[in-house]
Amino acid sequence: MSETKERKLPPPAISEETQAYWDAAGKGKLLVRKCTSCGQAHHYPRTICPFCFSDKTEWVEASGKGTIYSYSVMRRAPVPYAIGYVTLAEGPRMLTNIVDCDFDKLKCDQAVTVVFKPTDGGPPLPMFTPA
Amino acid sequence: MSIKGKAYIAGIYEHPTRLAKDISLAQIHAQCAKGALEDAGLTKDDVDGYFCAGDAPGLGPMSMVEYMGLKVRHVDSTDTGGSSYVLHVGHAAEAIAAGKCKVALITLAGRPRAEGMATGTVPRSRGGTPTPDDPFEFPYGPTVVNMYANCAMRHMYEFGTTSEQLAWIKVAASHHAQYNPHALLKDVVTVEEVVNSPMISDPLHRLDCCVITDGGGAIVVVAPEIAATLKRPKVKLLGASEFIKTQMGGKVDLTYSGARFTGPAAFAEAGVKPSDMKYASIYDSFTITVLMQLEDLGFCEKGKGGAFVADGNLISGIGKLPFNTDGGGLCNNHPANRGGLTKVLEAVRQLRGEAHPKVQVKNCDLAIAHGTGGSLGLRHGSATVILERE
Repeated sequence: MSETKERKLPPPAISEETQAYWDAAGKGKLLVRKCTSCGQAHHYPRTICPFCFSDKTEWVEASGKGTIYSYSVMRRAPVPYAIGYVTLAEGPRMLTNIVDCDFDKLKCDQAVTVVFKPTDGGPPLPMFTPA
Repeated sequence: MSIKGKAYIAGIYEHPTRLAKDISLAQIHAQCAKGALEDAGLTKDDVDGYFCAGDAPGLGPMSMVEYMGLKVRHVDSTDTGGSSYVLHVGHAAEAIAAGKCKVALITLAGRPRAEGMATGTVPRSRGGTPTPDDPFEFPYGPTVVNMYANCAMRHMYEFGTTSEQLAWIKVAASHHAQYNPHALLKDVVTVEEVVNSPMISDPLHRLDCCVITDGGGAIVVVAPEIAATLKRPKVKLLGASEFIKTQMGGKVDLTYSGARFTGPAAFAEAGVKPSDMKYASIYDSFTITVLMQLEDLGFCEKGKGGAFVADGNLISGIGKLPFNTDGGGLCNNHPANRGGLTKVLEAVRQLRGEAHPKVQVKNCDLAIAHGTGGSLGLRHGSATVILERE
């Protein structure tokens, strides 16, 4: 089954802590939050590192490349969609949608690349499509 | 301090309704409380501790303590979704062991059917201040079913688990439900019927999903000196454990649940092992939930759950590990979309020898009840209790 109809995407509820992430998304850039103390990137982004609890974290631009960790095609929805986790090249796994593809041909560990899809009145959402 | 032997389950009650159009939420809570207290041989005035979770109306325990006319000196409204009530049994034992109460009442009730709630297939609406995860999840459309499906998809990919193996879990539940007059689904189903039922969210079919019902239940946990005065069979708490499994800052691993931690901890406290269990109540929001928890609790190796559940191994009288002999959430009942409390109820029935004769396990002296609440594929609370017939 291929994606034909468009889903209407709700806007993200932006907090002060993650405004920069969504501003970058508006410019077609995917950010990840990285800790300069332990060196690890995490997701979703926080100012205090969830691994070492250091407050020395910063935004870095992600390559936009990743692989599908897992996914599911939500058939029982007005417009079926694929939701899953993508393992970013930078390390963290993020929840996202896999779009612009034949849902029946998706596979775990398949290579994907970021695309941005408009929301209903908010910044666009980073999603992924087969590379 | 251990809670081993410090508390007993003295009373239980499961509301018979599966569609509560003409009963209020508070009323179901109170009817369940009344039923469990009568089962124990106690009265409302004996209750000095009250436990509830997010399904109770109002702020924490306050509305229900008032509605039921209780006078309590200890309350706990820890909410870990459907696992809350398994966790509450452990917390009640802790409170009893610490001298904070002697008769603890735990209630659950809900009316998702009567209220027409789209339980599993629509993202839950956002209310109040969004959680920090919300902007990074909600817009993508996570639902209950599609996030459990993500776990199933990865399990199949890594371990070769099949839809037919998952189907055996539903088949076993249906074999038990046929003897439960209150079960929502009483028909025995086959593996073929499960895998040929409509796909809801790959790879989970309609019959991989639990039922949506109204209803409720209650549990009375008491101090040893109270249990000694009561006439009912004595069910002793041997061990309890809880854990919150998260996305770990992006180090997401969907192949295991929090049961990986609660199982070993509860078994260690109890001084028993998985192979000692005569009966298991295992949270069954979906077939995959059961399979992963059985692995994590130590009933089989990680990745071998598919082979373990196949060929009727969970059917009472046929397999090695009788599970959810009331039909569980998959067939019987999933009140308030929270199945932890009913898991404890059927474990107690088995230990008392009060399960239906067709599913009663012979010489059932040791049992486990385990719950998962929240979302297996996002973040969830796990709780385990080990119980013994004294």
